[in-house]
Amino acid sequence: MTTDTSPKSPEAAAVPPPPPAPAGGRTPRGPRRLLTRRDRITLAFMAGVPTILHVALVWLTALASIALAFTNWDGIGFDSIKWVGLDNFRQLFTDNPQFWPAVQHNVVWFVVLILIPTPFGLFLAVQLDKRIRFSRVYQTAFFLPVVMSLAVTGFVWQLVYNPDTGLINSVIGANTPGHYIDWIGDPDLNLWAVLVAASWRHAGYMMILYLAGLKGVDPSLREASALDGANEWQTFKNVVFPTLRPTNTVVLVVTIIEALRAFDLVFVFNKGAQGTELLSILITNNIIGESSRIGYGSAIAVVLLVISLAVIIPYLIATFRKERRA
Amino acid sequence: MSTALVTKKRTPVRPARVLLHAFLVVTALAWLAPLLWAVFAALRPYAETSDKGYVSWPDKLSLDNFTNAFQQSDMLHYFGNTLIIAVPAVLLTLLLASMVAFYVSRFDFRLNIALLLVFTAGNLLPQQVIITPLYRLYLLVDLPGVTMSGKLYDSALGLVLIHVAFQSGFCAFVLSNYMRMLPHELTEAALVDGASVWRMYWQIVLPLCKPAMAALGTLLSIWIYNDFFWAIVLISTGENMPITSALNNLSGQYFTDPNLVAAGALLTAIPTLTVYFVLQRQFVSGLTLGANKG
Repeated sequence: MTTDTSPKSPEAAAVPPPPPAPAGGRTPRGPRRLLTRRDRITLAFMAGVPTILHVALVWLTALASIALAFTNWDGIGFDSIKWVGLDNFRQLFTDNPQFWPAVQHNVVWFVVLILIPTPFGLFLAVQLDKRIRFSRVYQTAFFLPVVMSLAVTGFVWQLVYNPDTGLINSVIGANTPGHYIDWIGDPDLNLWAVLVAASWRHAGYMMILYLAGLKGVDPSLREASALDGANEWQTFKNVVFPTLRPTNTVVLVVTIIEALRAFDLVFVFNKGAQGTELLSILITNNIIGESSRIGYGSAIAVVLLVISLAVIIPYLIATFRKERRA
Repeated sequence: MSTALVTKKRTPVRPARVLLHAFLVVTALAWLAPLLWAVFAALRPYAETSDKGYVSWPDKLSLDNFTNAFQQSDMLHYFGNTLIIAVPAVLLTLLLASMVAFYVSRFDFRLNIALLLVFTAGNLLPQQVIITPLYRLYLLVDLPGVTMSGKLYDSALGLVLIHVAFQSGFCAFVLSNYMRMLPHELTEAALVDGASVWRMYWQIVLPLCKPAMAALGTLLSIWIYNDFFWAIVLISTGENMPITSALNNLSGQYFTDPNLVAAGALLTAIPTLTVYFVLQRQFVSGLTLGANKG
């Protein structure tokens, strides 16, 4: 399921040669007959414990989110759970002033990430792939934001945007009365301010993914292209880019997921107040905020779940088909 | 990761190359600017910056803000909290994931596909999809005497569990692919010789997976250290918070001015950056192994 980047290193070539097919449906393969009872119990434990933990905490809770979305519950005692059908969704879609802005911001988040830092990361990767000196140093500079916690990133950018003491306003003199620019509080500005910080991180991430993808491009292709007299741009456009298809798929999925998961930066920035509402923030505010409307929070979670699965399932099916063919 | 520092064929200096380097230097500096700005602010006393403004020539640079931030807010305690969560979570994730991987890669290939779907999809879900029921569940589970809070909620154990559950799927998948590439003769010979399954896993397969385990371990350490969301929602007592959510809690309380906030944020970033610099190759190979994951 990994994009097959460089078959030379065992770590990256995650698509192995196909295993010998299990003989028939349920009959165990040769060596399996050698298993003692104790071995079978061991194996059951080895597979069972992690699976149960994962399914219980991730999938059962996801299902519980769906179930609770159709109820009204204050979280006190199970007998206060009331079935309310589609009420939560009706309220959400019609009279929640924050819902549609949040959806819109999540979409904007994705569009910005895919249009600006993603191509920029690709551009950097192409430049750094040229066997130039100090490539490692440049890579590290671009990659540092990816390594840092998003919470820390949020604090660092607050120092840049702080209306009174921040870098930007201090440099352009916008921290004096009359020239005041409030990057964090102004609902027309703050989403873009946060997106700059998000892009700062995303570009390095994309650069690394593309660098790995570029390693898998057969050098002889480029040589052939150069011999045919293609210039650098033509080679990239017609030869290199088409071979990056698997990487592009991964990049697209990663970017969508990042946009749906966006939370930390905004939370640190201004708690998702006016102008930076996101679905993730609305859900969280329903828990740790003063209102504890579980059914309502779950309804927002269901919206997020449906959007996520609409991306995840086709992607996994495609990957999985590739696995079978491999 | 190309170590193109020393290339075999040094290309002659061309104007295009010089231009490229100039561009890269400028862009890299622009990329580092926010961090450098934070460092600059953290090195200056608050009195001076409030007097002269932040964009000004420094009279005095000192590490005072760092020591103050560290001591006043008892940061060591929060680093300790993170350690209590991250170390068990990373080890447990690797252990459980490698066990599942061993099973599906050696004994049951059909399950490999089911595992792929369930685990990977679960791993790609935004955390907020499951947080509401999870939060309720954590409040319901009583563990008198096991955790400080007496519940799963607000305890290191609770965070360890969710980290392990969330990350083990992805690791199991990567490791199962890795293990499938190991020659089958290895384990089959051991089976014929009557070695137990556990021995096969522990003494034959696991040692061969060291590179993949190292890469995943590095990645997990950084991810779990950096986690903010679970820590914000599932831990309510300031005392129990890991460093990332504690930072959020401390700013305003102990970190009273931007210079202290800068110092606190930078201190929080130091362990991750250290791990990254020391284990750069593992981290990046882990990331590209997991390229298919958010």
